[in-house]
Order: sequence, then structure tokens, then C-alpha cells
Amino acid sequence: MFELLGIPPQALFGQLLLGLINGAFYALLSLGLAVIFGLLNVINFIHGAQYMMGAFVAWMLLNWAGIGFWPALLIAPVVVAITGIVIERLLLRRLYHLDHLYGLLLTFGIAIIIEGLFRYRFGSSGQPYDNPLPGGHNLGFMYLPNYRGLVVVASLLICFGTWFVIERTRLGSYLRAATENPTLVRAFGINVPRMITLTYGFGVGLAALAGVMAAPIYQVSPLMGSNLIIVVFAVVVIGGMGSIMGSIVAGFGLGVIEGLTKVFYPEASNTVIFVIMAIVLLIKPAGLFGTPR
Amino acid sequence: MKKGLWTSCVAALLAATPAAAQVSDDVVKLGVMNDQSGLYADITGQGSVIAARMAVEDAGGKVLGKPIEVIFADHQNKPDVGSSIANRWIDAEQVDTIVDVPTSSVGLAVQQITKTKKRIFLMSGPASSDLTGKACSPYGFHWTYDTYMLANGTGNALVKAGGDTWFFLTSDYAFGHALERDTGAAVKAAGGKVLGAVRHPLNTSDFSSFLLQAQASKAKVIGLANAGGDTINSIKQAAEFGIVSGGQRLAGLLVFVTDVHALGLKTAQGLVVTESFYWDLNDETRAFSKRFMEKSGGKPPSMVQAGVYSAVAHYLKAIKEAGTDDADKVAAKMREMKVNDFMTKDGEIRIDGRVMRNAYLFQVKKPEESKGPWDYYKLLATIKPEDAFRPLDQGDCPLVKK
Repeated sequence: MFELLGIPPQALFGQLLLGLINGAFYALLSLGLAVIFGLLNVINFIHGAQYMMGAFVAWMLLNWAGIGFWPALLIAPVVVAITGIVIERLLLRRLYHLDHLYGLLLTFGIAIIIEGLFRYRFGSSGQPYDNPLPGGHNLGFMYLPNYRGLVVVASLLICFGTWFVIERTRLGSYLRAATENPTLVRAFGINVPRMITLTYGFGVGLAALAGVMAAPIYQVSPLMGSNLIIVVFAVVVIGGMGSIMGSIVAGFGLGVIEGLTKVFYPEASNTVIFVIMAIVLLIKPAGLFGTPR
Repeated sequence: MKKGLWTSCVAALLAATPAAAQVSDDVVKLGVMNDQSGLYADITGQGSVIAARMAVEDAGGKVLGKPIEVIFADHQNKPDVGSSIANRWIDAEQVDTIVDVPTSSVGLAVQQITKTKKRIFLMSGPASSDLTGKACSPYGFHWTYDTYMLANGTGNALVKAGGDTWFFLTSDYAFGHALERDTGAAVKAAGGKVLGAVRHPLNTSDFSSFLLQAQASKAKVIGLANAGGDTINSIKQAAEFGIVSGGQRLAGLLVFVTDVHALGLKTAQGLVVTESFYWDLNDETRAFSKRFMEKSGGKPPSMVQAGVYSAVAHYLKAIKEAGTDDADKVAAKMREMKVNDFMTKDGEIRIDGRVMRNAYLFQVKKPEESKGPWDYYKLLATIKPEDAFRPLDQGDCPLVKK
């Protein structure tokens, strides 16, 4: 039996896989942020709160209406996306012509209000949510819970599906064109404001979907989003603001790096992503996949 | 730039703390400082403020003919934030005593400040046994529990039940380190062995990596030297990774009744926990809890919140007896008088500041055993004060004459 840097290979494989699972959440969340920033030029600080709302809507569906996990995967993102669309129509829309720092401040404020309301109603320790897919498989080098396996596969499909739609289809080309030159695109008879609203709703729905998928793993708590959002912002910055492929690759990659840190020097596992962010910003200020704007 | 602005938003937010009222010296002013919004907010938070106000109300709202005022602040579990609040309270706002202060790192910082500036410090929230050990203070009273009590209660019980090899999942700050050290000592004293430990940052959401390392250690017991949201997530994810069904046992070293509520009995059942208060222990605790629940929206008090009531009530009695709110005289009077209330019977306060009280070993009920909301614990054993807490001469407290 050989050892690598003092760690048996089984443990290493196990940690790599776990890193990939955490990376799946980073990727899903940073993807939504990247879509919103790339197409709307809005830094959506409500993202963490919307992820939390997704988990809570799933919890409410289960406990108040008796609707289980699988339907919630569809319903919760739609519900949260609708709240997002309302916010976009009523508030965000008025800030598009201003510097995006205004959008950042507005969304940051809304996030604090939403989290405060949930904390007031549900307390800070959160609510339990049962695992819909209990059990797991012994892969020889580690025990993989079925549910976590599902999360990785689902996340990969959603991420690459989104990338494909935006970068490779006609709809995606409209979207990209509308952000480059809205007046011209409108001249072709396309309803640009509606398209932007729906794009924001889609990005928000992605966050809520990640929230539903996180509910059985983490505690459904009002703080779950704010714990994650700062890391996710770092992921987006590393991947390159607004780059969709960048956010996917950086999400999974940083999950793995964080997982390895938890083996070699666990105390640093919260900071490693920010160290990498600092290095990337020094060498490539636009991020790994970003283009300078 | 975006990042920079964002950072300043956060900084502005962190700096915002409750506004101060104009005060005169004719007021006995209590400052409750704890986690109002983070992972320990359910255990301490507003509940501790409610408990302190109840104690004031029960004292008639006045002591020595002067009004009593309760203010509170959020230290966000950060020692620097806690220190600046404590300094401001003492220097500019004439706060006479600081109450609660969970999170041992903040508790230790405030202990140092209250010691230098001669103010009474009633600690219900922090756990580290160092607060009555090498960091003890003539003005600091450690009221409700400590890491030594938790270690001896849960640690001993599990070693006796056959769990003789341990691996720790430790929260990486003063509290986690103290709990790991004290539990390790208790395990070794009972004939067990500690195989290893992994330290995770405070407020971690994913524990799978750490749990996998604990699983690989093949220890019979995985000791969770963490608290609040961290404990909840470790227990939840341990179930997911089949750790308990694989034959290893989890020891939640600091589990509060609110954590059990958050986990649900299905996940939490069978856990052995040590606490010094449970709402359904006897008629007196039930009567207190009923009053508390009327004010808290139906949540029973945690042991920390109950301890806040107990400490404030005793402090006010000592002022009355001493005829002054001078910190030295009140501290002496507090040690002289026995603590007696719904959760404490003839509790003695030692020179190092330790309040001697019973500890209780509970087991979390199965879902079918629970008869109603918040009916979570059954009593396994009562641990006498002299067995629950570290002997006076072993703590290295400089106040203890050798």
C-alpha cells in the first residue's frame, strides 16, 4: 500500500469526491450569479437569501402542504423565481441606468431584510428536512450516500445545460445581443425588458433549486445562504465575472481544492478559497475565464 | 472596486450596534451581551434578555431604591467586537455588570476587561473551563456549566458504556480546544484512549470531509467538541454517511435542547447529553419555564437562558445585602451567600468564580416516547456538584492559595 503525502489513497479519493459534491453547490450558485451579472450587469447579493428561500419553500411544502421532495424540486424554484421577478419589476429595473454599485447595495439590503424576517419567524438553528433518498453505496474507498451522488449528477446536467442554452442556441444569442445593444435588438421586434425579467427569474430559480437540493444535507436555516454566499462570490470572481463556463469550472475546481485542504490542514479550509482568489486577481485580474470589460 | 464597496458595507453593518441611553450613576445597569443573530442566537440571544428582565421584574424593578436597567448588544461571536462593546459599556455608559457572553473566545476577552476595570461579570453562555482556571477573575462568576462538566458527564457515561476509543471533531477556537482537552482527560481517566482529532472552522456547513476522517479512524466514539449549528450539521450528516449505522457512536458534548428541537427526534434519538437545566425537571423548573414561554413565543428556556435568570437574581440579592453596588463588596457578598432558585439548591460560589450546581445526564427520547412539544429528554443520572466540576486545586487559578 503506497501513501501520498502521508494520506492513504482511499482517503484521498474519498475527499476528492466530497470536494466535487460541495463544488456542485458552488457551481450551481455561481452559475446563477454569473448569468445575472453577465446578462443584466447586476451583482445579485440576494442570491444567498434566495438559495435559503428555496430550502424553506421546500420545507413549507412538506410540513404545511404535505408535498414531498421531488415535486418541491420543481415548485420551490418557480415560487422563489416569481418573488425574484417581482423584485426585478418593482425595484431592480429602476437601477439599470445607474452604476452597478447601486444594484449591489439594493440587493444587499433586501438580502438582510429577508434573512432577518426568516430568522425572526424560524429561529437561527433551523428546521430538519428528511433525506428523500436514504442509503448509499460502498465504493471501496468510501461510503457514498445515494443522495449526494444524485446531487453531483444533477448539478453537472443543469450547469452544462445552461451553458449550452446561452452560448449555443438562438435564444441565448438573443439574450447576449440584448445586453450588448438593447436598442438594436428591440428594433428587431424582441421584447427586451421581458427577456431581462425572465433571465433574472431564471437565475433566481437556479439559486432556489440549489437550496432545495441542499435542504436534506444541511439544516434548513435562515443563515444557510449568508454562510455560503461569500464563498460563492469568490468563486465567481475567480472564474471571471459573468463567464458561465468560468463559474462552472471554478465551482467544481474550488470544491475539490477545499476538500483537499480539509485533509491536509483543516483549519485553513475556510480561507483557502480567498487565498486563491487573491492570487488569481493578482495574476489575471479579470478572472480565469473572464474578459476585461 | 465592487469587492471594496462590498467590504465597506459589511464593515458599516458590523459597526452598527444598539444606541445608548443617557444614564446617571443612580441606576443599576446590566448589559446582556451575546449572539443575537448567528449560530448561537437560539441558545442565548433574546431569550437571555428575556430571562434577565424576568429576574429584574421579580426583584421589583428596583434595588436599594434605585431603578434597574437591562440593555443588550450583539457581539457576533467576535472577540474584537465583544471587547469594544464591553469597553464602551464600562467607560461611557456606566454599565455595572456584564451578563451572559457565550462563545468562549469572547468570554475570555470580556473576563480580562472586567477584571482590569473591576466590574462584575456573570457568565452563563461561555463554556471554557479556563474561565475559572488560569483566566479566573475575582469579579467573574461562571454560572451555568463548563467544558469540564460536559466532559465528565457525557465522556464518563460513554466510556462506561463501552466506548473506550475516541476521535474528536473540534470547533477550532478556545471553546472547542478546551472541550477536547477536558473530554480527552476524562476519557483517559476512565481508562479509554483518544485516537485523534480534526479541527474545523467555526460555522462550517459541510462536515462530510471531517466525518470521513473520523470514520476512517475506526474509533468507537466520535466526540463532537462543537456547538449550536455546527453540532446540528455534524449529527445530521453523520446519519447520512451511515456512521451510526456502521457501529460508531456519536457523542454530542454540548447539545442544547434547542439543538434537539432543530434536529428532530428522529435524527437526535439516543444521544446522551449533559445539561444543568431542563424545563421539565421538576415543578419549579416547569413553573419558571411556563412564565418564560409566555414571553418567548412558546420556546422553553435553554440552560444558558435559565442561568442568566439565576445569576441576575443572585447579583441583585447581593447588592441588596451589601447595601451598595460597589463591585468588590458585591462580589464578596455573592460568594458569601448561597445561590437558591428554581435551578440551584444551596449553590456555593467558589473563590475561582465557579458556581457549584448539579449536572444532569439525559438521553434524547425516541419519537414514540415523546408526549408533546419539547418533550425530549429522559433523566439518566444526577451528577453531584463535586463530581461535575473540576476540583479547586487543579484549575491553576491564581486566586486559589496553594
